[in-house]
Amino acid sequence: MLLEIKNLHVEVEDKKILNGLTLTVDKGQVAAIMGPNGSGKSTLAYVLAGKDNYHVTDGEILLNGESILEMAPDERAAKGVFLAFQYPVEVPGVATMTFLRTALNAQRKTRGEPEFSTPDFIKLVRDTSAKLGVSQEHLRRAVNVGFSGGEKKRNEILQMAILQPVLAVLDETDSGLDIDALKTVSEGVNRLRSPERSMIVITHYQRLLDYIVPDVVHVMSKGRVVKSGGKELALELEASGYAQFTDEAA
Amino acid sequence: MNADVRAIKTPAEQGLAQAFAAARDTLPGKGAVAALRENAFREFDLRGLPHRRVEEWKYTDLRALMREAVPLAGVPDAAAKARAKEAGAAFKGVDCRRLVFVDGTFVTEMSDLAPEAGLTIGSMAQALAKGDARVAAQVGKTFPNADVAVALNTALMGDGAVVHVAAGTALARPIHLVFVGGSEKPSAAFVRSLVVVENGAKAIIIESHEGGTTQVNAALELVAGDDTQVDHVKLTQGRALHVASLMVSIGARAAFNTFAFTGDASLVRNQSFIRFAGEGSHGGIRGVSLLRGKEHVDNTLQIEHAVAHCDSREQFRAVLDNESRSVFQGKIVVKPHAQKTDSKMMTRSLLLSDDAEAYNKPELEIFADDVVCGHGATAGALDPGLKFYLMSRGISDKESEALLIQAFIGETVEEIAHEGIREAVMNQAIAWLKGRA
Repeated sequence: MLLEIKNLHVEVEDKKILNGLTLTVDKGQVAAIMGPNGSGKSTLAYVLAGKDNYHVTDGEILLNGESILEMAPDERAAKGVFLAFQYPVEVPGVATMTFLRTALNAQRKTRGEPEFSTPDFIKLVRDTSAKLGVSQEHLRRAVNVGFSGGEKKRNEILQMAILQPVLAVLDETDSGLDIDALKTVSEGVNRLRSPERSMIVITHYQRLLDYIVPDVVHVMSKGRVVKSGGKELALELEASGYAQFTDEAA
Repeated sequence: MNADVRAIKTPAEQGLAQAFAAARDTLPGKGAVAALRENAFREFDLRGLPHRRVEEWKYTDLRALMREAVPLAGVPDAAAKARAKEAGAAFKGVDCRRLVFVDGTFVTEMSDLAPEAGLTIGSMAQALAKGDARVAAQVGKTFPNADVAVALNTALMGDGAVVHVAAGTALARPIHLVFVGGSEKPSAAFVRSLVVVENGAKAIIIESHEGGTTQVNAALELVAGDDTQVDHVKLTQGRALHVASLMVSIGARAAFNTFAFTGDASLVRNQSFIRFAGEGSHGGIRGVSLLRGKEHVDNTLQIEHAVAHCDSREQFRAVLDNESRSVFQGKIVVKPHAQKTDSKMMTRSLLLSDDAEAYNKPELEIFADDVVCGHGATAGALDPGLKFYLMSRGISDKESEALLIQAFIGETVEEIAHEGIREAVMNQAIAWLKGRA
């Protein structure tokens, strides 16, 4: 078991968002998390990455059996947690290449691994970006500045491919994407599927799951997982909507 | 005019008066120069050190900050020169002509005086002493103003650089004026430099100030002729009470840029008086200040568009940690006939601590009706969203901040045209950031 979340309670600005959430993700598993607006999906993503102001009032998050709750976001990243943001931020003045290299080498340093040499790093980024259709021009630009919605999401997947996390959390990676961008991004994610890597794919819609086919589907409502099943559960939801679960949870 | 005549003088004011009385007969220059000193001193004597009720000095109360006057620096001895040897190291990667001033005195044996066609270099003290007509005619005329710190400099000016670049000359290398304190005793240096770049010439002037001199009052008059390209970069570091006045007159169709970098400096006031005196010129007036501890850095501008068809860009950034304080005052005056003036001023402060203070005061005085002038000011903390994004990728707290700070000042540093100087300035900033960790 890679990730084990036990009875997690989280407050944001004194508002309870997660309410005893329990969830496990096996090594190599792709778990989809679906649920209506406000069910706490994005909060879960942020809590996993260690964002400030998300107060865990009870419960536990174990990664490979180790609690990550006291770890800063950069320590979690070095342990292999990666969050693909729903809204990747623009970082003016920081070139994408500098950013990628600083991040990769910082993680390696924390793990006690040697830093990448410049030629090796450039080769790695070139090869990876070519597969994702990220242009050299984008790599020279400041992180996400002036990128379209699709380009930003592609840049997230590029970072994930470079950083090689053990747990990738994809927060509504499909939002704001047209069908072509959705395909490119999904292909990028699928290439990263591996027995060594688990993924949590957060989405509102079944559509993304046609491209990234999950091993399991969890449905969240009111800050907890209310139903789990196989990939067919997503199709069921598409047909019947979330109402049954919100009622069930109530 | 603030005519507050005060009967009671502060110890510093009394000390300065005594210093002037003791030195007036030995300070370089007779006749017109001596008269200039006397007039300037009278101005100081009448008004005293500028204080918080003088609008231009509101946030840098020199009367309160300058508790005492220290003795005028003497001629540096061998030990002082030895201590000054490594000065100006920030630019050692740039191929420059170094002119070294220790405790305000020009030290020729430490300077690069290799002849170059079209370039004349000299000592201000010597020029004043021997009555150099060209120097005497220009000193105090570049941008006449009523500032008391300038008056004090004029009254007590000792040595400095006199640089003349003949018409049509493109200097092979930047000139680096290295001002360094070498004395171990408290001392005050009043340096005055004059740089004249004749029509069609190109020059890069670097000014660096560092070291132990307790009080520095530096003034630089810079005359950029028609069709010139002049870049000026000033680096200020060290523990001195440092007041610097830059007075510039820009001719027609010229390009003038100045950049003030201040980092790890206790108390700095950079005041720039810049006049567009010929049509069709461009000016870039920029600066970056990095402050921590209880440091205080003030960049005050008075930009005068006296003629039509000129544009100016004023861009200042300050990064403040701990209990530091930054001041930016930018006054842009557009005279009645200066139509088609295009001026944009922007100042931004990044506050890294709750106790830091940034004062930003843009001022526009526009007397012409067909101009484009704008200004903006921001002050704020690092964006926590950006920081989280970087940290979520494995970059540490401090390194994330350093990247974001570097990006914040980078936009302004990027405007330095000379690659080597730009890198040297950025390296100073990076060294400052490393000092935070």
